[in-house]
Amino acid sequence: MRNSGPLSEGAPNGSGAAAILAAGFGCAALGILAFAGDASETIGKALNFYNPTGTLSGVTTLAILAWIVSWCVLNLAWRRRDVEFSLVGGLAFLGLAVGFLLTFPPFMDLLQGR
Amino acid sequence: MEITTHDLWTVLHGMGFGALFMLAFSGALAEIYRAIAPGGASARERSLLSFYLAALVVLAWLTVFSGAYIVYPWYRAVPPAGATDLADYPRRLLLSSGKTSEWHNIGMEWKEHVSWLAPIAMTMVAYVTLKYGRSMAGHRGMRACVLGFALAAFVATGIAGAFGAFLNKYAPVRGGSVIILMEGE
Repeated sequence: MRNSGPLSEGAPNGSGAAAILAAGFGCAALGILAFAGDASETIGKALNFYNPTGTLSGVTTLAILAWIVSWCVLNLAWRRRDVEFSLVGGLAFLGLAVGFLLTFPPFMDLLQGR
Repeated sequence: MEITTHDLWTVLHGMGFGALFMLAFSGALAEIYRAIAPGGASARERSLLSFYLAALVVLAWLTVFSGAYIVYPWYRAVPPAGATDLADYPRRLLLSSGKTSEWHNIGMEWKEHVSWLAPIAMTMVAYVTLKYGRSMAGHRGMRACVLGFALAAFVATGIAGAFGAFLNKYAPVRGGSVIILMEGE
């Protein structure tokens, strides 16, 4: 027998929108930080939080922080309201695309004119 | 039959966590689709889905953390000056020849970053699916985002896994203490 009760019928979409946009933002942050660490030796060294792992440690630590902080902030702002979802979804997918593209070395090289 | 600690961790990272994530994914995607479709899932199916999603999220995070903080430091170890045998220094071994250098410059450079998209995406997918469930049926945008990010997590893990397998073929991570599993005759 199917359960007729959804998990949260009629709940505002704000919390979901916050999680989705924050995930897109986290993915974009990962790509941007990876690109910055590759393009600039100074930034690359600054992102070396843990020497055995190198720049990757700073890139991923900061991307995760950006993702979690943005999720908390957006959730606090949107959890009790409905938000316009088409813009949120579009921005989230844009962030995801930025994450994929800016971690792809040939695309990084193209942007740096290598 | 013996294995080194570095080999064991590499197998755990790739086959234990990463491959299990890939295997569990197809089942999870079908369950997610059912849970957010009109009609929804039964209470029992929702419990199964919760377990499935929690396992996927844990596996995704274990894969990237074990890769970045346990296996990757061995991969990028720096050989002593003048070393000619680079077998224990996979990154340097790959970069030592133009025939293998792109396995590092493209393969490892992409793998080490793109894999982190998977746990971020999968955590969001799990949260939204479990919070909204079938009420997403009437919300096309949210449903598209959840399924799109779930697929992206799978693709990111697939890229990382495929390059990981090739990298381990051309420049395996070796070394560490030897664990004897079984003695032969």
